[in-house]
Amino acid sequence: MVSQAVSAAVEQHPVKLEVSNLEISYDGQPALSNVSLEVRENEIFGIIGPANAGKTSFLKSINRMDMFNPNMNVAGDVRFNGRDVYNLRNVYALRSRIGVVFPLPVGLPLTVYENVALAPRLKGVKDKAELDVIVERCLARAALWDEVKDRLDSLGSLLSGGQQQRLTIARALSQDPELLMLDEFSIAVDPVTTMRIEDVLKDLKNEMTIILVTNLVQQARRLADRTAFFLEGECVEIGETEALFTGEVKDQRTRDYVEGRFG
Amino acid sequence: MTEDTMSLFEETALNAKNKRVQGLYRTLFMLMTLLLITPVVIILATLVVKGSAVLSIDFLFTDPTDGMTAGGIFPALLGTVWLVTVALLVSVPLGVAAAIYLSEYAPDNWFTRLINLAIINLAGVPSIVHALFGVGAFVIFFGFGTSILAASLTLAIMTLPVVIVATRESLQAVPQAFREACWNMGATRWQTIRKVVLPNSISGILTGVILEVSRTTGETAPVMFTGAAFFLPFLPQSVFDQTMAMSLHLFVVSTQVPHVPEALPYGVALVLIGMVLIMNSISIAFRMYLRGKKKW
Repeated sequence: MVSQAVSAAVEQHPVKLEVSNLEISYDGQPALSNVSLEVRENEIFGIIGPANAGKTSFLKSINRMDMFNPNMNVAGDVRFNGRDVYNLRNVYALRSRIGVVFPLPVGLPLTVYENVALAPRLKGVKDKAELDVIVERCLARAALWDEVKDRLDSLGSLLSGGQQQRLTIARALSQDPELLMLDEFSIAVDPVTTMRIEDVLKDLKNEMTIILVTNLVQQARRLADRTAFFLEGECVEIGETEALFTGEVKDQRTRDYVEGRFG
Repeated sequence: MTEDTMSLFEETALNAKNKRVQGLYRTLFMLMTLLLITPVVIILATLVVKGSAVLSIDFLFTDPTDGMTAGGIFPALLGTVWLVTVALLVSVPLGVAAAIYLSEYAPDNWFTRLINLAIINLAGVPSIVHALFGVGAFVIFFGFGTSILAASLTLAIMTLPVVIVATRESLQAVPQAFREACWNMGATRWQTIRKVVLPNSISGILTGVILEVSRTTGETAPVMFTGAAFFLPFLPQSVFDQTMAMSLHLFVVSTQVPHVPEALPYGVALVLIGMVLIMNSISIAFRMYLRGKKKW
């Protein structure tokens, strides 16, 4: 069991997500074992770790993406707003409250406008003016508005990779989520845009909770309030981000990873 | 340039051998292709040469006369349109719904696999067996008699596997990532199908449907047993009437009626194959149009 240091500032916040004894396996092959952690409201919770550490599986277990993959098996307790997500009547309501961005961009084969208007429409927003506002706000926040404002009617799936990733982020924001889960979002985005999106994330923190999975250790350092280090299906350490980087770590493996000695 | 860099581009014995072998295979495959299209060319050429003499607007739009040795083919043409249309009205909604269920909803378990296996096998059932099933089920058991309805239902059952397989393949060509992105926003399966999956597969589904039409048009045995008549002095008024059909009419004028002028069966065959070719051309044009605006 890993101790959880909670900074004084974040400690005041209510718990948004509570995970205890989480075990994930695929076809009986364990991918993540015995993870327990808490994510608090309005914090950016970083997860770092090399490939195959179980970071993505962790995210998938939170919004019930195990339902998409019959081989994926989840045990343990995941509570979102105090509710057990593995014992929910309305999984659609859960998903609509959680925005997800994965490493590879998915521009749906709809127009740019429809990509971003889809989630509000699913929620029943019909008013064109209201949709216009949402679409512009989300695209602007994803640092994409200036590039696409003149071609909102062209297909989202025909944008460049980096633009599609920002479209994906805009779409996640259009859900007006309580929790935003970003999985290595910057892989498909250029460094300048990455910095712009990072600035947006710092702002968004005031409105929502963010879980940021990243393979860029420095990105976690720049953004995350607290960071967890996952390694080979194990949550090695959770701590305040600065503490991890200034050497206040309990586990030698964490120090080696953040200092770039393996990975 | 030095000796060394020159020799880099000289042909070695191995290069020469590879080139010879590659030429050999290329020629072989090209010959196979030519062999393949030969019968098609011969059939078309024969039909055009021998049958075009009888072709005219009148031929298409008048009744057969003189014991079917003269006149046109209008009742058969109309009958085929009837049969194909009713068959489509049944098989498309059924087949598309079943394919959507199998592709989008059904869990991957032994039961689903069994259904898929059954569909593939159904596609392999000979049409004469379907014909006899149609007689038993629709003509006798349901009491439709020999009628357009019974014949079309038989055709529909026969072509269902084609519709299901074509639809399922178009649905599965839509990347899974699109579905998951949509589900992750809180969309239900049906919302995802309606907003993302169907709009991007509808073209493939329609292509499959058109191919099915062209197949239905030419079937003889199933309609012969269940609803198509040798000769009728009147046009069908409803789906409970019998009808003439192009495929059966061709069979009749080729083998059953004495003293038919030689050009007549060829003309009927030419119209039949023309109907099928027009359908196929539409389907090919459609596919080309879609490939042009592929969306991902």
